[in-house]
Amino acid sequence: MTAQAAPAQGLLTGVPHVVNVGVDAFAGPPRAAGATVTAVDWRPPASGDPELGAGLARLVAHPAVEAANAAALERILGVVPLWTDVRPAGELIPELAQERLLLHAGPPIEWQRMCGPMRAAVVGAVLLEGWAATAPEAQALADAGAIRFAPCHHHDAVGPMAGVISASMPLLVVEDEATGLRAYSNLNEGQGRCLRYGALGDDVMERLRWMGERLGPALRAAIGSLAEPVNLRSVTAQALQMGDECHSRNTAASALLTRELSAALARHTDLGGIEALDFLRDNNYWFLNFSMAASKLALLAGHGVQHSTVVTAFARNGVDVGIRVSGLGDAWFTAPAAPVDGLYFAGYGPADANPDIGDSAITEMHGLGGFALAAAPAIVGFVGGTPKGARRVSQEMATLTVGRHRDYRLPGLDFVGSPVGLDIRKVVDTGLEPVITTGIAHREPGIGQIGAGLTHAPMRCFTDALSAVDVPPEPGE
Amino acid sequence: MVLRNAVHKDLYADSVALMRVAARLAEPPGVETISLVMGTPANRDVLARSGLLTTPGHDAGPNDLLVAVRGEPDAVDTALALVVDALSGPGEGPGAGPEAGADTGPPVRSLAGAPAGASLALISTPGPYAASEALKALRLGMHAFVFSDHVPIEQEMLLKREAARRGLLVMGPDCGTAVIGGIPLGFANEVRAGCVGLVGASGTGLQQVSSLLHSMGAGVSHVIGTGSRDVSAEVGGPTMRAGLDALAADPATKVIVLVSKPPAPHVADQLLQHAGLLGKPVVACFLGTDGTAPDPSGVTLAPTLLEAARSAASLAVGGALPPGEELTELPAPAPPRRLLRALYAGGTFAHEAALLLGPALGDITRTAPPPVPGAAPHLPDRHLVLDLGDDEFTAGRPHPMIDPTVRTEYLRAALADPRSAAVVLDVVIGHGAAPDPAAALAGALAEAPLDAPPVIAFVVGTDDDPQGLTAQQRILRDAGAYVVDSSTTAARMCAELLSSGGDLMLTPAAPGSASAASASASASRIGETA
Repeated sequence: MTAQAAPAQGLLTGVPHVVNVGVDAFAGPPRAAGATVTAVDWRPPASGDPELGAGLARLVAHPAVEAANAAALERILGVVPLWTDVRPAGELIPELAQERLLLHAGPPIEWQRMCGPMRAAVVGAVLLEGWAATAPEAQALADAGAIRFAPCHHHDAVGPMAGVISASMPLLVVEDEATGLRAYSNLNEGQGRCLRYGALGDDVMERLRWMGERLGPALRAAIGSLAEPVNLRSVTAQALQMGDECHSRNTAASALLTRELSAALARHTDLGGIEALDFLRDNNYWFLNFSMAASKLALLAGHGVQHSTVVTAFARNGVDVGIRVSGLGDAWFTAPAAPVDGLYFAGYGPADANPDIGDSAITEMHGLGGFALAAAPAIVGFVGGTPKGARRVSQEMATLTVGRHRDYRLPGLDFVGSPVGLDIRKVVDTGLEPVITTGIAHREPGIGQIGAGLTHAPMRCFTDALSAVDVPPEPGE
Repeated sequence: MVLRNAVHKDLYADSVALMRVAARLAEPPGVETISLVMGTPANRDVLARSGLLTTPGHDAGPNDLLVAVRGEPDAVDTALALVVDALSGPGEGPGAGPEAGADTGPPVRSLAGAPAGASLALISTPGPYAASEALKALRLGMHAFVFSDHVPIEQEMLLKREAARRGLLVMGPDCGTAVIGGIPLGFANEVRAGCVGLVGASGTGLQQVSSLLHSMGAGVSHVIGTGSRDVSAEVGGPTMRAGLDALAADPATKVIVLVSKPPAPHVADQLLQHAGLLGKPVVACFLGTDGTAPDPSGVTLAPTLLEAARSAASLAVGGALPPGEELTELPAPAPPRRLLRALYAGGTFAHEAALLLGPALGDITRTAPPPVPGAAPHLPDRHLVLDLGDDEFTAGRPHPMIDPTVRTEYLRAALADPRSAAVVLDVVIGHGAAPDPAAALAGALAEAPLDAPPVIAFVVGTDDDPQGLTAQQRILRDAGAYVVDSSTTAARMCAELLSSGGDLMLTPAAPGSASAASASASASRIGETA
């Protein structure tokens, strides 16, 4: 023991501000004596694993981690997501055109383990690409191992629900001029029977073909004729003031985006501009995929900062959920997909529901969705019914993040910025599982959406990720 | 089973509100399926495919609310009648959710979530988590008071190294008490503000000395607990040294008192040397250290807790030492009553008593067979000085300062034992202690046999404590106990009563601090220095 320790600096000079951790009764006497006392609503961190808890303690307020997270947050907030283009996926991600490759939502998963809705979406994509003529043939192709699968995230793309992307599907392109980074998402099919929810049928296929042949080109022409690309950050910021959280509710943002495009689309009637307007008018979820691509772009920028504990991807494939962490490379930290607590369409219930699925939780990692619930009074039914409850969720999520967004502001919380930069240290320390707003797919292939609700990112993703973090050396150690 | 549709013209509701109402209206028995949607073509289509659309529904427009219900006729009619009210009713309004009430922020769930101004963490989690919480506190720039015990010694050493490196103080683990700038932490007494600063590895010892200082008219600046293991050979006394330095630098502290059960000898030497160089007078009560060595310069060695308080009070207030306590002479015990039964809640008091009584009584046992549930405790055929706060008596139950049950059982056994010649009890009051500890003991005393042995009790605390010193003393006195003012006095009184022959000389533990007292002197003053 070194003897040159400075004498307990500051302890005896004033009235201490006490933080009580443990027995509640100990908070009373110091408070009664005039001290400020903060009572911690404590429970064993790290799911009660003392060893992991000790590792966590060594990372708390670690200067290298704090600096890395500040840098990651700055990169995330620095991105300006500009919607620049719509092109066939095969042109943007060449592997899709070169081989029988399909992208899917969530962490990696092989065909044999895929859930019902994702298998249905694979069948639909195979039919769309003409690799098979019937659903049984498509299935046989997959069974034979003739299709390679990869997560959308491995190609800088994101897809809601099943998230299946094939070569001929149009992708929207979002770019950040400063970094040159790009991210992609497919285009939203609308409500009702959709491939992303695992619905199959002629109606679904017909719309997908129309999206590739008419909607994509019309949008491409429209965006190309605008004076400048659409700034999705400004659309998102406005929509948060209009009752959206830009994950499960995109009504305002979709309208704003349609308004941006309407004149340009109307000028391209030959390419399908009017059909596109008809389609957009009816699609309240249209902006979701833009919100996701913009979020992916921002988190892409925040990924790869050494020692950073900020989550840069959270995605679900309907069987597993997984996170990626800025300082932990390409590894996925996974856990079984959680059930969704939600409201169901007539005739359906929890027994019909597939576990949590889709890349859309990337929006939460960007401060939207469950993290911005305070902005969306119309969907607070998912959290127990009151705007107060929604505000509480946003406040709780803010205790898990490194910072707040400068542009995304929450009217329900006096316009404070939405919480951004989910920190695995804080998740593991508090035991709070991040809140996700999400749709619910039927567990059987071919049926589609049956409800929407709330779920939580499982703690195990975060404890496993934390176990993989090395404690950086500190000066003086 | 019927299927009915209803259309409410120009009644718009958000889809989530509609789904919530649908879920609620589907609950009563007899309702099989209910769907509430706006009548857009897409929604009508969905209903049609589900077999829920009937004629009125076909005519619904996008701005109309379309309700479809299938079930028993009465239940369907009831549900249809409730739709509009349900949409505007309290279920959809404010206050419906579980969070109805004050709109406060979320609770702080971790130390890292504490406000930036926090300066001191008070940690009382289960042992396996305590060191991690303390480490977090240090990393966040907070001092730590660690009440938790069962923290491995390697973790304690790691914490204290980290604290030293950061210039912070870790009190504990297993730290019972502290008072920082008048703010009590853990078990602590309401003592007058003053200029005596205390550092100690003994919680009840610090409570005893600080309370005695209060009763002697002196006051305390700060009380810094170190945890019982701090002065062990392995740990080496880092917190006690840091506490000494902090008090030396503190303008409010004029006199410093060190209190501890016996430190490892080389640790005691180092600490006393360090204390002698602080430039402020230090009174050190290291119970059980060799009392024959001369006082190191600048340090007054006190052999007992009472002596420590008297010396410090004299230094703080100036002038002569406050008087020691006058002893009450007790009638000599009649055979076969010859054994001491000292039943302490405070471990330091047991230690002090064993030291003071050892020379007078000789063979003293510090252990008893652990209590067997449902049976009266077994008392040994020897003098007994018991620390009932020890682990073997507290397994699975709170410390006797909080829960008197086990001690009360021992007290009943001691009172009923024909070999008992005297019973000693401590009552510790203050923050953290039981709301009325004397009452539990008084109950057992009241039931004692008429020829029960004398009970000598002392109360540790002040009249400013929630339980009140005088009130607790009165309860014990009314129950027939001899109430004395300190642990030291209680032990000396027993020595006088039980030492054979009545002419035994009590050994002064340190030169110049305690005079000899004779058992035959009915009005002798204990511990008075010339």
